[in-house]
Amino acid sequence: MSEMVLNKSATEFRRGFQAGITIAIGYFPVALTFGLLAKTTGLSFGETLLMSLIVYAGAAQYISLSLLTLGTGTFEIILTTFIVNIRHFLMSASLNEKSEDEPPLTKAAYAFGITDETFSVAAVKEGTVSAGYMFGLNMIAYLSWGIFSGVGYMVGSSLPKTFQEGMSVALYAMFVGLLVPSMKKGMKVVYLAVLAAIFNTVFTITNALSTGWAIVCATLLSAVIVEWVVFIRGRQRRMKNEQ
Amino acid sequence: MNSEIVWMIIGMGVVTFIPRMLPFVLFRGKELPEFLQGILRNVPYATLGALIFPGIFFIQEDIWYGVLGAAVAFAIAFLGANVIVVVLGSIAVLSLYSLLF
Repeated sequence: MSEMVLNKSATEFRRGFQAGITIAIGYFPVALTFGLLAKTTGLSFGETLLMSLIVYAGAAQYISLSLLTLGTGTFEIILTTFIVNIRHFLMSASLNEKSEDEPPLTKAAYAFGITDETFSVAAVKEGTVSAGYMFGLNMIAYLSWGIFSGVGYMVGSSLPKTFQEGMSVALYAMFVGLLVPSMKKGMKVVYLAVLAAIFNTVFTITNALSTGWAIVCATLLSAVIVEWVVFIRGRQRRMKNEQ
Repeated sequence: MNSEIVWMIIGMGVVTFIPRMLPFVLFRGKELPEFLQGILRNVPYATLGALIFPGIFFIQEDIWYGVLGAAVAFAIAFLGANVIVVVLGSIAVLSLYSLLF
């Protein structure tokens, strides 16, 4: 019996690991560039690695580098990091709804690995999400982020420019590849994505909100409006049926 | 290592981990009202929309680079290709574009 459970979680781990290969590819250029920028900002190799392994959040790490260059204080940098990363609260809350029943401590452990990318892959997966799957997914993404941050620090500036530019599309292409199959299944997904895209574009272009808040607000607005429309329509249909 | 930088990194790590972890510890899942659960189920697709746009247009200074990248990625994905194929195909087309222009 326990062997069966063990086998199941080993398979789940492998599934997660395989699903994460795309993320590992996508992180390659982003982590590489981070390592390179960290070096130009004046961080040591150890500090660069430490930041990638402890913070493990691309956008916040990039922003902290530019704030360091501007001479911003430690407290403001930490506060900005919090604001930029608060969107993960929404993602974790959403993922929690489709996660298998597991001890809160186990979930808290894999929660460390929730990023825009691991969340997207896990959230569009069929069925429930187990701890084994999440650990596999997190493992390969985390390794890629950590290793390529270090590599970027060492050799980043010597890579061919055309290649670096081409790779910059990788993460976005991954998001598109994850979204489109669900869009084909139903108009609700199309409305959700398009509405959030419009809101986020407006917030960003008008500079109304910082990146972190723009994503949070755009996501929430779109998710609430679409759910509300579905709710109203359902009620109208029920009322019609009763008449 | 500079100790102030190390403390900053630890602080950044803590404030990043808290929002990631809290929902898993606070909610057991499925006990929220149906309407709220519905919203949370919508979040992934809305997030993807917001993560892609407008960011994809600004990956390089040349905005057409991003527009082309978006078009290629959506086209490959609509043909039903696997995520990895979408990623590698988009990189290949854009690398070709920057070689030519």
